[in-house]
Amino acid sequence: MRLSVLRRSETVIALVLLAAMLLIGLINPAFWNLANLFSLARSNVVIGIMALGVLTVMISGGIDVSFPAFAVAAMYLTVRAMVAWDWQGVAGPFVMATAIGLALGLINAAFVYGLRMIPLIVTLGTGSLVRGFLLGVVGTSQVNIDRMPKSLIAFGSTELTSLSDPAGGHFALSAMLLIYLAMALLVHFLLTHTMLGRGIYALGSDGEAARRVGFDRRLTIFVVYALAGALAGFAGLLHGAMIWLANPRDFNGLELDVIAAVVLGGASIFGGRGSVLGTMLGVFMLVMVSNSLIIMHIATTWQRVVVGFIVIIATAATSWRDRRRIA
Amino acid sequence: MQFTMRRLFGADNNLLQLALLTLMIFALMTALAPDKFLRPYNLLSITYVAPELGLLSIAMMVTMLSGGIDLSVIGIANLSGILAGIFYHADAGARGPELTAMAPLSVLGGILIALATGVLGGAINGVLIARLRITPILATIGSGQIFTGAALVLTGGPAIVGYPDGWGFIGNGAVFGIAMPLLVFLLLAGFVALLLTRTAFGINLALIGTNPKAAVFAGLRLVRTVFFSYVLSGTLASVAGVILSGRTNAAKSDYGVSYLLQAVLIAVLGGSNPAGGRGSVAGIIMALLALMLLSSGMQLLRFSNFMVDLVWGAFLLASIALNALRTRVR
Repeated sequence: MRLSVLRRSETVIALVLLAAMLLIGLINPAFWNLANLFSLARSNVVIGIMALGVLTVMISGGIDVSFPAFAVAAMYLTVRAMVAWDWQGVAGPFVMATAIGLALGLINAAFVYGLRMIPLIVTLGTGSLVRGFLLGVVGTSQVNIDRMPKSLIAFGSTELTSLSDPAGGHFALSAMLLIYLAMALLVHFLLTHTMLGRGIYALGSDGEAARRVGFDRRLTIFVVYALAGALAGFAGLLHGAMIWLANPRDFNGLELDVIAAVVLGGASIFGGRGSVLGTMLGVFMLVMVSNSLIIMHIATTWQRVVVGFIVIIATAATSWRDRRRIA
Repeated sequence: MQFTMRRLFGADNNLLQLALLTLMIFALMTALAPDKFLRPYNLLSITYVAPELGLLSIAMMVTMLSGGIDLSVIGIANLSGILAGIFYHADAGARGPELTAMAPLSVLGGILIALATGVLGGAINGVLIARLRITPILATIGSGQIFTGAALVLTGGPAIVGYPDGWGFIGNGAVFGIAMPLLVFLLLAGFVALLLTRTAFGINLALIGTNPKAAVFAGLRLVRTVFFSYVLSGTLASVAGVILSGRTNAAKSDYGVSYLLQAVLIAVLGGSNPAGGRGSVAGIIMALLALMLLSSGMQLLRFSNFMVDLVWGAFLLASIALNALRTRVR
């Protein structure tokens, strides 16, 4: 029953996505240029990895608005450490960034589980604290391309294919997409093929029932928030590697976009519903719409209005769907 | 009902705790920077800066009473100031004596536009939440984006600068030496306090937050009450927008973004329960006072604004922890 409903809501998103692509393509055929599609795909990576974490939190019935702060903290601290120690690595720094995100995620979990406080309030607090610490104590100057570790830049610009357009320009499909896909598969496996994953859905659907069946509430909450933090930390450093600089003011307000994408992908804020495939489609939809405004000859100042309408329409649709199911 | 200190504090342990906290902050800041902190100028400036944040916090508290939240207050506040500014500039030009010395009736027109923005914005939230049953967090995140986005589209990015003197008086003026924003704040705070404690609307709202299902079975008109709570919150936010743009003589789509977290913090610190059912104006005022003393003291001690953010975040977490521990002991 649930599976078929989930499958259906993903089909709906996919169809809407396809219709939107056709519409944008009609307004401006340049949308279908390979260069544009490649750059769209590339823009999915960082937001998508963060969305996987937010999805997991939302399925468990919680919400996380602190992850952009964690991501930027992990990125900036790691890059500053690399610059200070003249450290040229790839795996090591990513482990460090992920660990920073994970540790911060554990703080969220401790507050949400230990003190039974509403996740929104907790993560508002930890997000503000981490951002304040980063900008007030660590520093506000950005690490520019000239001081950015070479190893990170090289890693971030790895390409799968390299093509040239008729005008002689060069464009490529970023290899970072593979990382995104691998992460998505991992989270999908966790959610659908492990007892822990079933526990996350169970906690979000009905916490009391989950407890009586024997799912460990503490373990589930800690895993969920630690995972969201770790994914954010990883995505943060990946973002730095892909744009070749580390700006401690990045990701401001990103939480709204990512939450919008996850909700658009069919996850319910009440928990218990959501899937990796839906979330990836939701992320693609949001990135595509906000990146295609220029192509559609609409001023970029409209971006926030468009995102706002997407959030409201998506949430209205989910609440309508959920109400019909109850009736 | 006898109004004594003991009764006030006895009724709500949280208020006593807050009063102690305020005193401690006051003593600490006085000790750290005695010559600067106690200057009348410093304390006076708080009476101009605090009211806009206080109004946003009361707006937040009102929506928390029914178990909701309003994350669009900043968007509404900025849009209100901007729409009024566009009206003034269309009426009397972008600068010059014609704008500054505008007739009181025209100034009033702009104020009505600002308030109408708040009522309408709040009504949109109310419909989305009470009627369409969208979760308050997501509904107000979405509508907040639309309000902020509309402000951005209308202005194209830069601030709208230059308001009539009459409008500026609301943000900068003083009556009998008392700051005008403070007077507006106290008036509205008193009004909301009466509304919440002495009318059916306020009591119903708290009951709905305590147990929505029971409230519906008891025959309370849930949809209408929740709807009006968001209209109230939107209107309070637009007044905050009037004060903010009156004080700074400008309005911009991204002013006061950090107020959002601070308003949530003050509401929670002031004893509101985000899950619904609890919250009072007195608590908000006390928490506002504590945090304004803290941030003004930190600014005098030359801490950066980022450090103030850090301390506020830490305060929010600490107050959560304290509340949790206290209820556990009971």
